[in-house]
Amino acid sequence: MKATFGATKGVIPPLLLGVVTLLLWQLAVVGLDIKPFVLPSPTAIGGQFFENMPTVWSNSLVTGFNSLVGVVVGAVLGILLAVIASLVRTIDELSSAVVAAAMVLPIVALAPVLYGMFSASQQTARQLVASLAVFVPVYVNTLKGLHQVRPVHRDLMRAHAATTWQTIGTVTMPTALPFIFTGVRIASSLAVIAAVIAEYFGGPIGGLGKSITTAAASSNYPLAWAYVLGSIILSLVFYLAVLAVERWVLRNRGS
Amino acid sequence: MTGQDGKRTVQDSKTDQMAAAAQAADAPAVAAVNVGKVFDGKRGAQVVALEDINLTVARGEFVSLIGPSGCGKSTLMRLIADLDQPTSGDLTVFGKSAQQARLDQDYGIAFQQAGLLPWRTVRQNIELPLQLHKVGKAERSARSTELLKLVGLTDFGDNFPDQLSGGMQQRVAIARALAESPNLLLMDEPFGALDEMTREHMQGELAHICAETGAAVVFVTHSIPEAVFLADRVVVLSPRPGRIRAIVDVTFTGSVERTEHLRESDAFFSSVSEVREHLHGSADANPLGVDN
Repeated sequence: MKATFGATKGVIPPLLLGVVTLLLWQLAVVGLDIKPFVLPSPTAIGGQFFENMPTVWSNSLVTGFNSLVGVVVGAVLGILLAVIASLVRTIDELSSAVVAAAMVLPIVALAPVLYGMFSASQQTARQLVASLAVFVPVYVNTLKGLHQVRPVHRDLMRAHAATTWQTIGTVTMPTALPFIFTGVRIASSLAVIAAVIAEYFGGPIGGLGKSITTAAASSNYPLAWAYVLGSIILSLVFYLAVLAVERWVLRNRGS
Repeated sequence: MTGQDGKRTVQDSKTDQMAAAAQAADAPAVAAVNVGKVFDGKRGAQVVALEDINLTVARGEFVSLIGPSGCGKSTLMRLIADLDQPTSGDLTVFGKSAQQARLDQDYGIAFQQAGLLPWRTVRQNIELPLQLHKVGKAERSARSTELLKLVGLTDFGDNFPDQLSGGMQQRVAIARALAESPNLLLMDEPFGALDEMTREHMQGELAHICAETGAAVVFVTHSIPEAVFLADRVVVLSPRPGRIRAIVDVTFTGSVERTEHLRESDAFFSSVSEVREHLHGSADANPLGVDN
């Protein structure tokens, strides 16, 4: 897999589009005299963002940590269960219905229930929601990846009398690795979204989602948008971090 | 999956070893007696792939299996490799069951596709069998250096497979098959996907390698000149169900060494014609189905 980090050509057009959009947005808000509760201008949002940098940062840490727990727990469970499902056909068949249900289930809708199950003063429910949101795409992609082993590789491992675990380690997992990374990459920004939205439904003070609802409730819309901007940056950080690890790992092994 | 493979007791392998030692000393590399293979097709239909195969491959002997597409020649090789099991008859490899021979790693194998692991370097691919059987790092590295030299890829050890041409990848696969110095090499159309020039070059190299290692070879091919050039005996299989139609002894008087000159010799041409006649059956038989 060829890495294309230095492709500045591919970066310029979307960057340009972003700048033009912001300019048009600013012009529209000022020119048409749009009220801040409808849509604040980018400069107003930016002003609030930088003015409240410390609180945006501390709230990002709360939500970011919940998301991180979600990514780690969800990914580990997703990969582990997918490996088991690929080994035991019955589990594969049994779980497919559950996973299909989980795929259509709006996982954040579970948040209020989970706040009831666990203490509403703890972050547990939020982390659980994020974990669930991560688990599904990781499980589905990993299982798909585990089924990609080429027959010639399977024959090769059998011909060399490899044990089940040797086969998994030398052929099955390396084959599945790009699929696993795709799953985790998709899941990483889902984790942030899930963690932010879970905060809408209650739980302890702190976190970007909580701050968005609080600011909106006190009619401070530019501040609410500043927190939205914070969540966008946070989920971008998660996505890019996973992408960087993926690129690095796959490039270093040649394929 | 081969979960049961790892769970053999010490006692088991001891008795096996003793039995093997008693038998293996003079047992042929491969002995097939009335071997047959029936595949279960769709809706209970059965496909007879092989029938009444009687074949002995002596130690150090090079045997080519040739036949029309779908005649079961690859199936026969897979039975010897214990990748499939015969439905009838008796098949032994060095006097042991095919399964035992596989567990003891008595053979090396190369497929039509090189089947290299793309995330491993050439050297790591060659070392794969050694690594699976827990050979130490230093010994592994020494062996792979030796094999890289043997197949003429000394400068490519640190490359990844997709940086190599098809012919080079196939050479890596052959080096991998030779990694544990097996007494038996199983090859399923290893040069099938190569162009004619590379192919003839590889055949020359294989003949050279076999002369050097003294391993017995079962070589599946659908090319008559390839079969004749490489083999001591050419086994001609009939279309499905695969039966042995003829076994042609290929002996070239005067020169044991198989070089490019051999391809121009009269003895070579006469053997090619003999195999071709057997392959096509009687004169009026349909010559189609042999893609040569």
